[in-house]
Amino acid sequence: MPDDNRSPSTVRWTRRAVLASTGLVSIASILAPLASATPEDADQAIRDIFGDRPVNPGRVTVTLPPIAENGNSVSIGISVDSPMTDADHVKQIVILSPRNPIATIARFHLGPHAGRAEVSTRVRMAGTQTLRVIAEMSDGTLWSGTGSTYVTLAACIIG
Amino acid sequence: MIRISAPESAFEGEVIELKAMIQHPMETGYRRDSKGDIIPRDIIKSFRCTYDGNIVFEAEFFPGIAANPFLTFHARATHTGALTFSWTDQHGESWTEERMLTVS
Repeated sequence: MPDDNRSPSTVRWTRRAVLASTGLVSIASILAPLASATPEDADQAIRDIFGDRPVNPGRVTVTLPPIAENGNSVSIGISVDSPMTDADHVKQIVILSPRNPIATIARFHLGPHAGRAEVSTRVRMAGTQTLRVIAEMSDGTLWSGTGSTYVTLAACIIG
Repeated sequence: MIRISAPESAFEGEVIELKAMIQHPMETGYRRDSKGDIIPRDIIKSFRCTYDGNIVFEAEFFPGIAANPFLTFHARATHTGALTFSWTDQHGESWTEERMLTVS
């Protein structure tokens, strides 16, 4: 009778299992010093920059690829609905991550000379996540938009 | 190495697209070398674009910006003048490029 009546929870320490587990441990020890930000850190970063002003959803469009093979360089496009006149324009745009080591990725300062509230750049993403972008208008109101990317190979792990 | 994409001429009131890229590793300070030692952080901290002395666009970079930081932004052409693009790293070293914009 073959021993196929083992309970599925029993771990048999085969040579293969031991080797696989040492691999996991070494990956964990590489990742351990990378304290990553949490969604709460992103909220705190918003408070540090803008105080306790309410953040309204809308007016900010974030364009990110649905899938990124490499988190070291992900294109992000940001567009804010604003006429960009002297009286009504975007003053500041902040990109925030709930998962990278530092919540704030970039801050942009704009004014009426910019003419159009559209910015694009390339960011690092330490794993699959939803980035938040906050725009501060000249009247002091805050607006936000989000964009998500599925990252198959995160930044920081590889070179 | 710096690469700038800016039109040489524009109509008055036209909104022009500007692209700026500088070659830089943007070392995060989180990576380790082959000996296991942390590679120290080395990043560009800020970028500024001015148009005839007026600030058009400014960016503040953190380690979450990818290597060779690239930016696309816009400016409203109002009169003939110089566009300057300048980057400053965390040590205070800076690099500047200039382009003339002729407005008709």
